[in-house]
Amino acid sequence: MSPTPATEDRGPTGSAASTPKKKMSKRQKAKLSRGIQYGILIVIAVVIAFVADWPTLVDTFGRLDVAIGMFPDVITKALKNTIVFTFLGFVLGLAMAIILALMRLSSIGVYRWLSFAYIEFFRGLPALVVFLVMGFGLPVAFPGFALPQLITIMIALALVGSAYMAETIRAGIQAVPKGQVEAARSLGMSSTRAMITIVLPQAMRIILPPLTNELILLTKDSSLAYILGSSVDGRELAALARAEIVNTASLTPFIVIAVCYLVITIPLSYLSRVLERKYGSSEPGGK
Amino acid sequence: MTDAATTSARGTTSPLISIRNLKKSFGSNQVLTDINLEVDKGEVVCVVGPSGSGKSTMLRCINTLETPTDGSIVVDGMDMTDLDLDIDAARTRIGMVFQAFNLFGHLTVRENLTVAQVKVLRRSKAEADKIAEANLAKVGLSEKIEAKPASLSGGQQQRVAIARALSMDPDVMLFDEPTSALDPETVGDVLQVMRNLADAGMTMVVVTHEMEFARQVADRVLFMDGGYVVESGPAKEIIGNPQEQRTKDFLARVLNPGQFG
Repeated sequence: MSPTPATEDRGPTGSAASTPKKKMSKRQKAKLSRGIQYGILIVIAVVIAFVADWPTLVDTFGRLDVAIGMFPDVITKALKNTIVFTFLGFVLGLAMAIILALMRLSSIGVYRWLSFAYIEFFRGLPALVVFLVMGFGLPVAFPGFALPQLITIMIALALVGSAYMAETIRAGIQAVPKGQVEAARSLGMSSTRAMITIVLPQAMRIILPPLTNELILLTKDSSLAYILGSSVDGRELAALARAEIVNTASLTPFIVIAVCYLVITIPLSYLSRVLERKYGSSEPGGK
Repeated sequence: MTDAATTSARGTTSPLISIRNLKKSFGSNQVLTDINLEVDKGEVVCVVGPSGSGKSTMLRCINTLETPTDGSIVVDGMDMTDLDLDIDAARTRIGMVFQAFNLFGHLTVRENLTVAQVKVLRRSKAEADKIAEANLAKVGLSEKIEAKPASLSGGQQQRVAIARALSMDPDVMLFDEPTSALDPETVGDVLQVMRNLADAGMTMVVVTHEMEFARQVADRVLFMDGGYVVESGPAKEIIGNPQEQRTKDFLARVLNPGQFG
């Protein structure tokens, strides 16, 4: 792979070949540029390695005894709870989102407006505020009306997730070509039948990748459940980490739960990419 | 507009389709000004005319995919504009083929042909399958029964779409520019299927730009322009010897495109 013949081919003036010392060929420039970029990376790594206070860092974040002490509860209780909360919140949120999306597309103005208001409201609020209102606001506002912890978390997550998912589903339904409905109606299907049999299944393929992303976001949002406090068995990852930090005076639990979250989210993110590849490219409508 | 627009070519029994004073506006844009048309059982009517002349809108009014603004449409004794009519049941008797095929992309060819039979006509799965297989054979695509629409060529998809409409055992078939979205080499297969259908006695209303097909297959040709039926009559007369200047201009353009290209 000598660069000289290539430059001779490309440079009609032959300047690169005749004056190699003065002017670099494109290939040489690219090589130099890449070298500089690697160089910067190495310098940064070396600086960090020397500047960082490794013993303190390891003592703070990497105490193996603390990490080991968290097992097996971190998996059997906290990780399990995070998954259960997220899953329940997602399922309820998805059901609400489908209804909201259909309301948003309704021919009746009031439904459209209600759905619009709901979506704007809950998309505009921080998830933390929703959790606070659900956990502390409602019990104060309606004394004697106390939901079980699990239900509170599930509803809070559903409220947050459904607003986003409703917009995704609406976009998915609208992405199904109008001709699909026309064909279904021309075959005698009612508009409801056409929606259920023809439109929604195709919309689901379009929105599967973004819905998977929403599941990732909800997994992370479920960490807000820690502010509601809970019994030992009801702790999800974030709540467990906080409790462990107080008990052990080490920040290592953060690292442990970070890994646990990644164990959930990275496969989901991979699944999202697979779904994107599988369904993202194929147009609905058979074209 | 000529009186021929309202008289059918055979004119013996009561017409299968009867359109009277049909008007259609989209907002302030009047697309159909005053359409009168009768189609007898077994008749093949081709509707031609420049784009934007209202041909497709007229066709889509017949099964009320477009709601008529005014006028009456009676198909096989059913008043399509009657709000008390079970429109879904009425549509099962009117097959429609679209320019963009509109096959259900998430279903196989078999499912495309059976889904409405089972869900709408309440046929058993086995019966629907049998009918689907017979109709798929008619369009020459039996071997594609388990294929997904996306794996078929445009011409094959359109033939499946025809088979799908036929599987409902319709009394009349509407074709909305069925070959306009096709590659030239696949047009012939689709036209052949339609020709066979006409020969078998199907009542057909075909919006098309295929003058040769209209000349050979149509009992009657309607020339539309500006929301009116400008001229109508036997195919050979309209295409071979048009009386109206607008028809002559249009035919000159579509039959000798080179002169203007």
